[in-house]
Amino acid sequence: MDLVNILLEPLSYDFMVRALITTALAAIVCAVLSCWLVLIGWSLMGDAVSHAVLPGVVLAYIVGAPFALGALVFALIAVTLIGVVRNTSRVKEDAAIGIVFTSLFALGLVLISVTPSQTDLNHIIFGNLLGVSIPDLIQVLVLGVVAFTILILKRRDLTLYAFDPTHAHAIGLSPKRLGALLLGLLALTSVVALQTVGVVLVVAMLIIPGATAYLLTDRFSRMLVIAPVISAVCSIAGIYISYYLDTASGAMVVLTQGAAFAAVYLFSPRQGLIGTRLAKARRKKAVALAA
Amino acid sequence: MSHPAILVENVTVHYGDVLALDAASLSLDAARICGLVGMNGSGKSTLFKAIMGMIKPDAGRVLINGESPAKARKAGGIGYVPQSEDVDWQFPLSVRDVVMMGRYGHQGFTRRASKADRAAVELALDRVELSEFANRQIGQLSGGQRKRAFVARGIAQGATMMLLDEPFAGVDKRSEATITRLLKELASDGCTILISTHDLHALPHLCDEAVLLMRKVLMHGRPEVVLQPEHLAMAFGLDVLNRDLPVPEAAAPDLTSPDLGGPNLAGPGLAGRTASNPQGRS
Repeated sequence: MDLVNILLEPLSYDFMVRALITTALAAIVCAVLSCWLVLIGWSLMGDAVSHAVLPGVVLAYIVGAPFALGALVFALIAVTLIGVVRNTSRVKEDAAIGIVFTSLFALGLVLISVTPSQTDLNHIIFGNLLGVSIPDLIQVLVLGVVAFTILILKRRDLTLYAFDPTHAHAIGLSPKRLGALLLGLLALTSVVALQTVGVVLVVAMLIIPGATAYLLTDRFSRMLVIAPVISAVCSIAGIYISYYLDTASGAMVVLTQGAAFAAVYLFSPRQGLIGTRLAKARRKKAVALAA
Repeated sequence: MSHPAILVENVTVHYGDVLALDAASLSLDAARICGLVGMNGSGKSTLFKAIMGMIKPDAGRVLINGESPAKARKAGGIGYVPQSEDVDWQFPLSVRDVVMMGRYGHQGFTRRASKADRAAVELALDRVELSEFANRQIGQLSGGQRKRAFVARGIAQGATMMLLDEPFAGVDKRSEATITRLLKELASDGCTILISTHDLHALPHLCDEAVLLMRKVLMHGRPEVVLQPEHLAMAFGLDVLNRDLPVPEAAAPDLTSPDLGGPNLAGPGLAGRTASNPQGRS
């Protein structure tokens, strides 16, 4: 079988085409958002919000509301609860995050267990990439495009917020509102990625691409290109691999992204482990020769 | 001008049960350079935050040019140079990117840079002599250059008032002279400059006036008067006067230099007090 055939064969199935579109889209939106998350240090927050939306999604399913609405509400509840626990007790922030998101996630699991049609909802937890229906695809498409557009239009403000919120305040912007915007987009993006890799692994899509791109460049504007490109390529590659090896598709997508990060971590010319070691050795040699 | 550039009236701020500012009052005229002196925890940062309107005082008020801080912020008049520890120097931004952030208040919804914005940024970079480093990632600058980059941001912004938090921390002598010259130029252009510091030796060359802060404004006047040891003692505790007492070696170098050198007030609570007082008492 030649390469063209390898690439084309899965495309003869409609469900594979839908899976690829959904994944690529989710990968791109998550990757763009991840650039800010890794720089602000919100990785744990991304983990928390992406888990905490579960009960919202389940409730939305029960009452027949859009998933995104339920997710947004519960993202808000999670962030508020985390803030309240942190500010009004001696519990530190990471513990507050851990308590709130696991509790909400557990609430989601309980809700799933008492809701008829369990199989459908279990897909939210681990993703159901190969079972993406047309309405699912449309929802992901709409939410993804909305989140992506806002992120790109507001990228400079969000970067300012990430870098120096005090200056943002000093020139009359509202850091609070920018932070809220970013959290809202985080909730929205979580819903987009749910479909692909499921609640449990969303956080990978929200951290790995940004972290990978951060190791490759010193310019934020370039991160915003590198992260989604890497993420999309890895995700599509992951789906192909899962198709041919017959493995879990969502997990394979995350595994591929992790492998890409490992490769960059080791071989990135400027920040990579091996690159910096070699440069150090070269410098030592140069000094020795000069002496 | 009828209004002072910065007017702080009886501002009181609590953090929970902790009193950070206690009816602090301060009036600063335009185009003056004022050094804000006090030990850690004296309320310097809190006063800055109150002036910028980041915290709402429990009592009292702040006026910038006779108007509310919110109005002054919207007008783009307030420039801020953060303390080094508050900046993520690994952040993937170039010097030019950072200076451009000074222009955001003048730009539209997406903060797209116009020709005028770019020109203002280049001018500001040139003024702080960082043009050749404009494309460097900010962490690849020296301590003094980093400070100048943020001053350039204020210049590009067109700030009429600049707040600098510890601008001389981690800055070598030469850069310090460059920054001092730069700030004096800005003041002569009409910019009001407030510098928070616990590093006293730079103040007399730089400042027109100095303020001694210890939760309230203890003293406000010419730097050479405010910085006299007996006045500093009010803000930093009595150990400043106990110079004749034997002190442990670690603290000794800071305490030996007379008048302006003074003690290194970065950690008077630790180095000064705990070291010298027990001996004084025993």
